[in-house]
Amino acid sequence: MAVVFDRPKSLTDAKFHYCPGCHHGIIHRLVAEVLDELGLQDRTVGIAPVGCAVFAYDYFDVDCIEAAHGRAPAVATGVKRTRPDTIVFSYQGDGDLASIGMAEIVHAAARSENITVIFVNNAIYGMTGGQMAPTTLIGQKTTTSPLGRKSELTGYPIKVCELLATLPGATYLARTSVHDPKNVRQTKEAIKKAFQLQVEGKGFSLVEVLSACPTNWHMKPVQALDFIKNDMMNYFPLGQFKSPEEAK
Amino acid sequence: MSKVLMKGNEVIGEAAIKAGCRYFFGYPITPQSELPEYLSRRLPEIGGVYLQAESEVAAINMVYGAAATGVRVMTSSSSPGISLKQEGISYIAGSELPCIIVNIMRGGPGLGGIQPSQSDYFQATRGGGHGDYYLIVLAPASVQEIADLVKKGFDLAEKYRNPVMILGDGMLGQMMEPVDFGVETSGDSFDKSWATTGKNGRKKSNIVNSLYLKPEELEVHNRELEKKYLEIKSKETMAESYLTKDAEIVVAAYGMTARIAKSAVDMAREEGIRAGVFRPITLWPYPEKELNAATVSAKGVLTVEMSLGQMVEDVKLSLNGRLPVEFYGRVGGMVPTARAIFEEIKRMSEKFGGVK
Repeated sequence: MAVVFDRPKSLTDAKFHYCPGCHHGIIHRLVAEVLDELGLQDRTVGIAPVGCAVFAYDYFDVDCIEAAHGRAPAVATGVKRTRPDTIVFSYQGDGDLASIGMAEIVHAAARSENITVIFVNNAIYGMTGGQMAPTTLIGQKTTTSPLGRKSELTGYPIKVCELLATLPGATYLARTSVHDPKNVRQTKEAIKKAFQLQVEGKGFSLVEVLSACPTNWHMKPVQALDFIKNDMMNYFPLGQFKSPEEAK
Repeated sequence: MSKVLMKGNEVIGEAAIKAGCRYFFGYPITPQSELPEYLSRRLPEIGGVYLQAESEVAAINMVYGAAATGVRVMTSSSSPGISLKQEGISYIAGSELPCIIVNIMRGGPGLGGIQPSQSDYFQATRGGGHGDYYLIVLAPASVQEIADLVKKGFDLAEKYRNPVMILGDGMLGQMMEPVDFGVETSGDSFDKSWATTGKNGRKKSNIVNSLYLKPEELEVHNRELEKKYLEIKSKETMAESYLTKDAEIVVAAYGMTARIAKSAVDMAREEGIRAGVFRPITLWPYPEKELNAATVSAKGVLTVEMSLGQMVEDVKLSLNGRLPVEFYGRVGGMVPTARAIFEEIKRMSEKFGGVK
């Protein structure tokens, strides 16, 4: 029988531990497909975060380093500066990247570290059980904003792409979503472009992927897709925020 | 190679280069900034990388990433900065990666001061960050010994896949002495098959990690670490004994304080007091056997530190009640004088020795 759909080589055969309706699985697969298509698996080093993707090293069939919470861009810097021929990517969630790791991501971008960052924004802390994240929307209920996030108390959600776009060192910044097949395809294109730029030595690239967390949003998976489309995309518009042509 | 006159902090950098280290990640802080400044000039000359990080937290995590690729890498800081690095140090120890961390101590707690101190002894010798782990802690007492211990430190770090700390004080970092760097070395002879450099045809991916969610697995990992620490304890202690053979009063001190203690002991000997100095070179593992051997004739041990009394606990643990142990310390960046230590030796000699 002809194989029409298979696991990318850059993924192991380990079963994902992710919840039903979670988008990490799709995003892992997209990264792996891109590594396969660009022929990068053998020279790639992945940096796993603290958060739901903490076990990313079990799923990606590439050399991996588990980083402390928020420090993945610094760890990636250590790898890339000592082994410039490797392809280095960090895979980080919103708490990891936009809260505890804000200094590391901003400075990696400022230095134009030649790395690729996959930033999964689901507006919540997943692994610790649904607490408020720096990207939690105003009014969104979480276990630490039980009445809904209030700007008077905790300010406003952080738009990472827009913030990093002010830095000359950021080469490529894009926000995409995986809530429908068309957007999944566009996300893959963005991820591919980000890795391609690293191969060409063009500097810092980051793809922010809006992603569902039905478990902690307390929604059915289909409802969660609507939340991305109607609520998240309203505050976090999709698009390219920095292109290599505009960089520097 | 002939001797050159150099400042302690710069010698740390040059010795690292002579040991094959080509990567340094750091953040400026007094009184060790000459070291990053020196390497920012030297490393690019020889194809290495000096990178100033956005914080000590980032710097140690860059070291973690670099060490994971199997290269020789170093970072340095001073007390408040070392506190910030503890997160990364714990991960490096847990993931069993080799590197050198330099702490040129200044007074604390908090922002403290910028003058010499030895008040980070507990932090250095008890792991410092979270979890059950130890650093190999080396305490040089001269500029020449800095050069020797940095080179030895890289070998120890790779032999045991364990972070090594060079623990000095602001005085040692700032002073100039002649130094001979000896022959150049490298880490090439050590196994690097564990390094994360891309699979490059390898069948299984390499993973650098300190996460073991299953308690049964974490216990196995902790026991493996324990085995390594016990081996280091049995094989790697270093100490110097000065005039201890017949000494009734032995002064236990490390680093620059030990040098001052030697002057005090010379003064005591001139007065007919049989005194000596025991100087641990490895602070962890603590040279217990060597201390006991250096105090066979002793009636009492005087521990002198630039702290409120930290190493004195290891002295007591090592002697295990065999001898009375007293303490003299100066703090806040104040340095004990040879005269003051001599007075303490004299007092203890009258109290415990009583033989002229």
